[in-house]
Amino acid sequence: MRGILVLVEHRQGQLRPVSLEVLGAAVQAKEASGERLTAAVLGASPGTFTEALQLAGVDEIVTVQTASDAFDPDTYEAVARALIQDRAPSLVLLPHTIDTLGYAAPLAAKGNHGFTTDAFGLSRDGDAWLATRSGYGQKVNMEIEFPGRATVVVTLRPGSFKAPEAGGTAALTSFAAPPVTERSTHIEFEEPAASGDVDIPGADFILSVGRGIGEETHVEQFKELADAVGATLGCSRPIADSGWLPKAHQVGQSGKTAANCKVYIAMGISGSVQHMAGMKHVENIIAVNTDPEASIFTIAKYGIVGDIFEIGEELRNHF
Amino acid sequence: MKILVTIKQVASLDEDFELRDDGRDVEADFHVFDLNEWDHYALEEAMRLKEGAQDAGVEVVVATVGPDSADEELRKCLAKGADRAIRIWSDDLEGADPVGIARVLAALARKEAPDMIFAGVQASDHAYGATGMALAGLLDWPHAAVVAGLDYSPGSLCATARRELEGGAYATVKVQTPAVLTLQLGINTPRYASLRGIKQAATRPIETFSPADLGVPADETGAAGSLSRVRRVYVPEVGRAQMIDGTPAEQAARLASLIKEFRGEA
Repeated sequence: MRGILVLVEHRQGQLRPVSLEVLGAAVQAKEASGERLTAAVLGASPGTFTEALQLAGVDEIVTVQTASDAFDPDTYEAVARALIQDRAPSLVLLPHTIDTLGYAAPLAAKGNHGFTTDAFGLSRDGDAWLATRSGYGQKVNMEIEFPGRATVVVTLRPGSFKAPEAGGTAALTSFAAPPVTERSTHIEFEEPAASGDVDIPGADFILSVGRGIGEETHVEQFKELADAVGATLGCSRPIADSGWLPKAHQVGQSGKTAANCKVYIAMGISGSVQHMAGMKHVENIIAVNTDPEASIFTIAKYGIVGDIFEIGEELRNHF
Repeated sequence: MKILVTIKQVASLDEDFELRDDGRDVEADFHVFDLNEWDHYALEEAMRLKEGAQDAGVEVVVATVGPDSADEELRKCLAKGADRAIRIWSDDLEGADPVGIARVLAALARKEAPDMIFAGVQASDHAYGATGMALAGLLDWPHAAVVAGLDYSPGSLCATARRELEGGAYATVKVQTPAVLTLQLGINTPRYASLRGIKQAATRPIETFSPADLGVPADETGAAGSLSRVRRVYVPEVGRAQMIDGTPAEQAARLASLIKEFRGEA
């Protein structure tokens, strides 16, 4: 009996919801392997998070007291390494998040653990773990194995697993943090830019534009189109990065989630994992794109293969 | 003063691609190559530091691990103004995962001894998001991932990095240098290569090494130095939108009626 270890994440006093999804994946892994499931939380006052981690299937919650609550890659790596040495788990599950990107690979590379990232599937083959992730811009799936590795570290794609039910009875233990020399210092958090009159999370109807609009001078006509049809104007990352629309319009992992959206029209957006993270849950997605192979058509309810300018112009005639 | 920029030749797939006979990859004939999108930003950041600190004499070195075809991507970087280009390859590297690649880059970094290493956050083909940070781990250098803003004077002992977080937030951190940073899209506006630059780059030398040249032991090269192995690649069953066909006018009319239905007007 080895073990499954999950390191959870929190930011500014809030447990990050994706950590609970990772625990959901871990509960499935526990059912497949019979191994014990340990959730570890580290921070200046890790005890504040233990209640939220009392979820069905979690056997143990380990608190690790560290100097600061703010994420530091050296600290997370050192604590993860010490826990792996102490528990020798067969599987370490982490969320595929910005913070984890900063320490998972160094942890695995230095420890020679099996390692892959952004997995959305996890399975068992005999007593070995297998992970499934996508390749070539989501055109294929890759099944990943870890021959000869006693411990496997896998980061999991947000939105791929369900959080476990509440009502666990995990044992609470504490673990002494190893000494760490931090080589970076957290200075400050910056809140998301003020959204002005744009409310992506609150909007029920969003018309979003992507790289397909081509040039900045084309933004205006889609603004008018969104107004005409009564939609909030959203955009994908390249449009915000170029400064063509304020960041408050951006839908996706590093932008906003279209939390209350019922209808989402994606125009000239190919559908990266990061964009989909902010809108794939929307019930009615309509994609307009010249590329019939664009990923966005795999999650859209309706698809139009066509020129967004032509469709946009024709659409205006109806409003 | 030297900045090492690690780049990748990424592959996208031709329509109607086929899988290799062993089922572990796509048949190479169907690969369409390009320079990883993130690498344009990583190189640009290095070029900006070079141009901003003329007295300090910053040398920008681009390096990749890949077969002959990757020379094309290195030349794109030379055309944009990189000082030197290095390519590392041997057939043993076929099947290396991101950590297998990072071991080779770490050996190169020990040889080149740069003051700073920039890599992209991830590659647009397989999106592991792992190589740059694995490199930091193997070198045991300070590091920060997903940097969307950088305040650094070449030669100084620390850099201030603005890390992009989820949901439109940022975290600013001070990082000791030399450091490995993975740079995010949008950190700058990458330049285009000039025609003159492209012409000159065509004749510039590309330094080539094998992992053995760099002292990477055979048992750490390629698959042997990797932490994962692709067991099989397959085309997933994916959802497919209900397609609205017809002329643009007909398509737009249907779209309009869907919108009106949603708004309760139809």
